[in-house]
Amino acid sequence: MSNAETTRAPFDPAVPFKAVFLATVAVFVLVPLLATLLGGFKSLGELRVNPFGLPQHWEWQNYAEILFSGRYWQLLRNSLIISTLTVALTLIVASMAAFTFAHVRFFGSSMLLSYLTLGLLFPAATAVLPLFIKVRDLGLLDTYFGVALPQVAFSLAMSVLLLRRFFKDIPYELLEAALVDGCSYVKFFRYVTLPLSRPILATVGTITFVNSWNAYLLPLVMLNTDALYPWPLGIMVYQGEYSSEWHLILAFITLTILPTITLFLLAQKHIVAGLTSGAIKG
Amino acid sequence: MGVAQPSRTAQAVRGPSWDGRFTVLILFLPPALVLFTLFVVLPIGEAAWYSAFNWNGFGKPTNWIGLDNYRFVLETRAFWLALRNNGLIIAVSLCVQLPLALALALMLAERFRGAVALRMLFFMPYILAEIATGLIFSFVYDGDYGLVASIWRSFGADPPHLLASTDTAMLAVLIVIVWKYFGFHMMLFIAALQSIDKSLVEAARIDGATRAQSLRHVVIPLLYPTIRLSVFFAVVGSLQLFDLVMPLTRGGPADSSNTMVSFLYNNGISRMRVGYGSAIGVILFVICVTFAFTYKRWFMRDE
Repeated sequence: MSNAETTRAPFDPAVPFKAVFLATVAVFVLVPLLATLLGGFKSLGELRVNPFGLPQHWEWQNYAEILFSGRYWQLLRNSLIISTLTVALTLIVASMAAFTFAHVRFFGSSMLLSYLTLGLLFPAATAVLPLFIKVRDLGLLDTYFGVALPQVAFSLAMSVLLLRRFFKDIPYELLEAALVDGCSYVKFFRYVTLPLSRPILATVGTITFVNSWNAYLLPLVMLNTDALYPWPLGIMVYQGEYSSEWHLILAFITLTILPTITLFLLAQKHIVAGLTSGAIKG
Repeated sequence: MGVAQPSRTAQAVRGPSWDGRFTVLILFLPPALVLFTLFVVLPIGEAAWYSAFNWNGFGKPTNWIGLDNYRFVLETRAFWLALRNNGLIIAVSLCVQLPLALALALMLAERFRGAVALRMLFFMPYILAEIATGLIFSFVYDGDYGLVASIWRSFGADPPHLLASTDTAMLAVLIVIVWKYFGFHMMLFIAALQSIDKSLVEAARIDGATRAQSLRHVVIPLLYPTIRLSVFFAVVGSLQLFDLVMPLTRGGPADSSNTMVSFLYNNGISRMRVGYGSAIGVILFVICVTFAFTYKRWFMRDE
């Protein structure tokens, strides 16, 4: 500590301790990620002797081969279709229900809302076998909807709660005035509630998207055809095929988590707000 | 949408009319209720029903065996191992992850250059898919090419195969769990810290409390609701942990790193033993619901 600094603030032994602590945790988080990214640029032989450092020869073809194979893009496309279906259906269905619970008084309203929030109590895994049989009997096995519809059903509880709380903050007088002027509930929902609720719709949409994009168990149970696999299933198949060719697997992992990280950097605010505040107030 | 529009005269007489509300009720509620009932509530009921049969999922369940499936589950050693592992996960979440998250939150809730970047970095593992995380760490732990192996070799020792030994597999999984989830809990604490009224802490400092004292007697008590919430998520998360285990160990070797859900997957789903798997599901359901209700009643009464 220099003299100039000590006159401003007395030396605080906690500061270097904090710095060391934060740096240690940062290294703990970063090293596996960086080793994965860099490992994709190495040859298998180099990976064995030098898993940590920068590659001596940058093997661009590890990445190039994956990027030019149809396989990678097909996995991303499938994931995108399933996630988009899930997000769109969740937003539509949940916001309609949340609007009703927020603005329409009717007999049994609170009972039905508690019924929906039962969904928060247990994970989808508990009933996954009967769910499989139900989806099979509906003829949805091995289809995008067979994965998307159960995902929507399981994300409803949280989504309805988050949306309802936001909708309730829209002044009731606004609704009353609109109704007196001859506007219907449906039009009010479409032209007032939804446009005013973009932030919460974005938050709910982002949580649902991330959950669906990363989901493994439901697609694993519901899909049998490789051509329909979303990326978490596809990467497990890939790893099975290339079992110990780690340089290829690492490149594949890097490319598949790239979209998630890009989305995270673009929509940080919504993701953090959604995943934490959604959790807090749910 | 003309359907929803009641006639003007009726509107004038009755104000916001029942007709309008009725339209909303029959248009807006059923999609959510039907989806939820069909894919969430009914399957749980059916799990209870199927669990009384010895059934492979084809045709109709006819081979009624009463509670035998539950007896089979409870007699399986792997079930108790899975339950123990879930207990271990909860213990590590409480004893390692929670203090770590809290300490980091206390440091990073303050404003300094790089604080926001570090928050984002620590949160990042949480948004990565469990599958990707599991694969990354199966590389880290790999006995031939992995990072751990290379550290071992630099000391001249023979690298261990951590994931292939019953002694170390679960420990390795636990470390990955902390890596992946501490950032989420940290963010919960940061959000809570930022909503704390600063004047309370300042008042304590003015009254002569040291930093440690104000932390212990003012800040931490104000965080109790968030700590209870964080514990709640740790337990619920442990009870549904599956995706992370599959790429790392698939629950092995010798069932030593199964969680409840991976046990359910390995024994019920992958072999299509519908009755047996449903019994495991029902047991897991009962654990989840019992925990959620008792915890909410005892610890989260005011929220």
